[in-house]
Amino acid sequence: MSLLLALVLSPFLLGIIVKTKAFFAGRKGQPLLQFYYDMVKLLQKGVVYSSSTTIVFRLSPWIALATTGTALCILPLPGYSGWISFPGDFFVLFALLAVLRFSLVSSALDTGSSFEGMGASREVFFSFLAEPALLLSFLVLSFSLEGYSLKELLSDPFSIRAEKTVVLYFISVSLFIVLLAENARIPFDDPNTHLELTMIHEVMVLDHSGPDLAGILYSSALKLWILGSLWVGISIPWRWGNYFLDLFVFLGSMGLLAVIIGIIESILARVRMIRVSHALSLATVLSGLALLWTIG
Amino acid sequence: MRNGESIALKAIPNLEFPHFKTVLKDAVSTGNRILGLWAVPFDNEYSMFGAILYPSTQRVEILCSTVEKTYPSLTLDLPSLHWFERDLSERLGMIPQGHPWLKPVRFYQGEAGKVDFFRVNGEEVHEVAVGPVHAGVIEPGHFRFQCHGEKVYHLEIALGYQHRGVERALTGGPNERSIHYAETLAGDTTIGHATAYSLLVESLSGRKPSLQAEWIRAISLELERLANHIGDIGALSGDIGFLPTQSYCGRIRGDVLNVTALICGNRFGRNLVRPGGVRYNLERERLDTLRHRLREIENDTVSAVELFFETPTVRARLEGTGIVPTHIAIELGLVGVAARASGIPIDARKDLPWGYFLNQCPPVGIYPTGDCYGRAYVRWLEIQESFQFLHRITETIPEEISDKEPPPHFNDGIRTESFLSPESLGIGVTEGWRGEIFHVAATDSEGKFAWYRVFDPSFHNWFGLAYAMRGGEISDFPLCNKSFNLSYCGHDL
Repeated sequence: MSLLLALVLSPFLLGIIVKTKAFFAGRKGQPLLQFYYDMVKLLQKGVVYSSSTTIVFRLSPWIALATTGTALCILPLPGYSGWISFPGDFFVLFALLAVLRFSLVSSALDTGSSFEGMGASREVFFSFLAEPALLLSFLVLSFSLEGYSLKELLSDPFSIRAEKTVVLYFISVSLFIVLLAENARIPFDDPNTHLELTMIHEVMVLDHSGPDLAGILYSSALKLWILGSLWVGISIPWRWGNYFLDLFVFLGSMGLLAVIIGIIESILARVRMIRVSHALSLATVLSGLALLWTIG
Repeated sequence: MRNGESIALKAIPNLEFPHFKTVLKDAVSTGNRILGLWAVPFDNEYSMFGAILYPSTQRVEILCSTVEKTYPSLTLDLPSLHWFERDLSERLGMIPQGHPWLKPVRFYQGEAGKVDFFRVNGEEVHEVAVGPVHAGVIEPGHFRFQCHGEKVYHLEIALGYQHRGVERALTGGPNERSIHYAETLAGDTTIGHATAYSLLVESLSGRKPSLQAEWIRAISLELERLANHIGDIGALSGDIGFLPTQSYCGRIRGDVLNVTALICGNRFGRNLVRPGGVRYNLERERLDTLRHRLREIENDTVSAVELFFETPTVRARLEGTGIVPTHIAIELGLVGVAARASGIPIDARKDLPWGYFLNQCPPVGIYPTGDCYGRAYVRWLEIQESFQFLHRITETIPEEISDKEPPPHFNDGIRTESFLSPESLGIGVTEGWRGEIFHVAATDSEGKFAWYRVFDPSFHNWFGLAYAMRGGEISDFPLCNKSFNLSYCGHDL
């Protein structure tokens, strides 16, 4: 059920973000469902392939969909078991996200465009800084809760010993920074910009068109949902034991997350490219400190 | 000569070339600036003209020298002339000997041949080509970056995609078309260019506009400045992803344009300024509406722009990005907003006043840093000053102006243009919102334009943008570009 909801609702999160931003900008904003309309429109279009691209480029949307889809099967509703659950499943989840990135980066390099090459190099550099933060955060949880699957880690993070709950705040902040950076949100990246030279994530998909582009956009919406639910699972402590009540709280938290992202995007300007690495290093340091605290 | 005066061609001193060069050099070294350098072919030789602006006396001096096709380059001593000499070689095939980079400024291949893009070699150096077709709805221009990772070693800007041959079309005028060419030299500077053209024609015809017309020209020029500066701050805000100021400024810019439309029925001020006067009067009733709307617009602007400058992330993004230090700005001969943001207090309204600015003119706002923040902040200073100036001069219709019947030659632009004194040279200088606009033309024996030259502020400033990117990050380019916001068509003509 939560898997189905994720498939249906993840583009809706983007709608909430856009509406929040429109509110702060004093605009009416596009409809909440605009993202769905866009997908339908793109699916009806044809695809254009540049003559310089190979099979790598054509496969990337399928790989993107496959990886995010599989990751969703592993992703549990906080407090419950995912479709697939086994000790160490969070490593597989992160590995799937890495495969997603690898396929996007290779397809960008495959086009041979200088813009896409630049975007690919930035994406790889920044994710190289973001991945340790993500992994360390879950190692912290794994150590302190003595669990090895996402079901155990997210079932009740606040059950760890009282003097150590502070590590949860650390990794919550760290995960939030990673969430913003990995999903190409302000202040790290600007999903709405048309300026190729400043893009990180968007520039890698400039050459995708039609249904291929729809696949890529949809998989990035799913990625936002995946990282978002990990953050919600750690940061929102309430578990009621009733599946529908928990589901309701979870969806509400996801909506709240989207509003928070929208507010951040409205009140902050983008940071300079070089500072992105500073912020991501901060995330890694926070997770590292949390790990030291847990072990020590 | 003063702004809006003419001089007989014979009265222009024809100097030996070394003397010509010394005069230019001395003028620049004592803090004056060169408005333009151009040449006219003449038998097998060329008459080279230079215009120097002396701010202390508020005068322009025109010099002339007869040179051969090949002559020793002035750029080596006066770096600010490098673009002008490249233009000479492109147009006329003249060869300034010793010029460090004699490449055409507009065309792939000029009269003096073709020059390839500058290239940096090295295993990890890569080249990024942007344009001439861009992602936004903007004018075409090609940018070639030599990068090492994110760092830009060198940026070369290739223009010319907007070349229309306006100067050639103006030759043989003035006629019914001339004013329309002038109004569209750069679409966002309609008032600035139309006023410069009118000043020039008035200087040659000797018929000055009424004070009332000058008053309306001053109001509309400041409105144009307001609209563009507010739009620019909004656009800068959009480029760094700061939404609130972007959307509010976009709307406010439209409000200001509507005030211009209140005066003349066109949001960009077309059909307003004409040689000899203006086509529309501003009577008391509409003046009251204008004043009322300006107050409202000012309140909106203050809240939108103050939010922009008070947000720490905005300042962090703008400060230290794309620096042009003061001494470089002087050497390159930057003008307008870009120069004032590098701490150079130049402004044609003060240095070479015309029309209503002879009575009073807004103070010059400068900022010392020369970075994107400086260029944004100078715009904000000018917005505030322009509002103050407009409030002051629209308080009442000035006493010396009768607000009843417009003077008889209020609407007879064409007739005024047909009596130009022959064999003379006239100038018109205005401070458009980008910077100083310089029009210069000479008449033949029948009082028609023998040649007509336009120097848009963009002509001086494009190289400043290339300089600002040197050693910067490639991701800062859109921001730097927007902070200069130069005109492509104003440069290419």
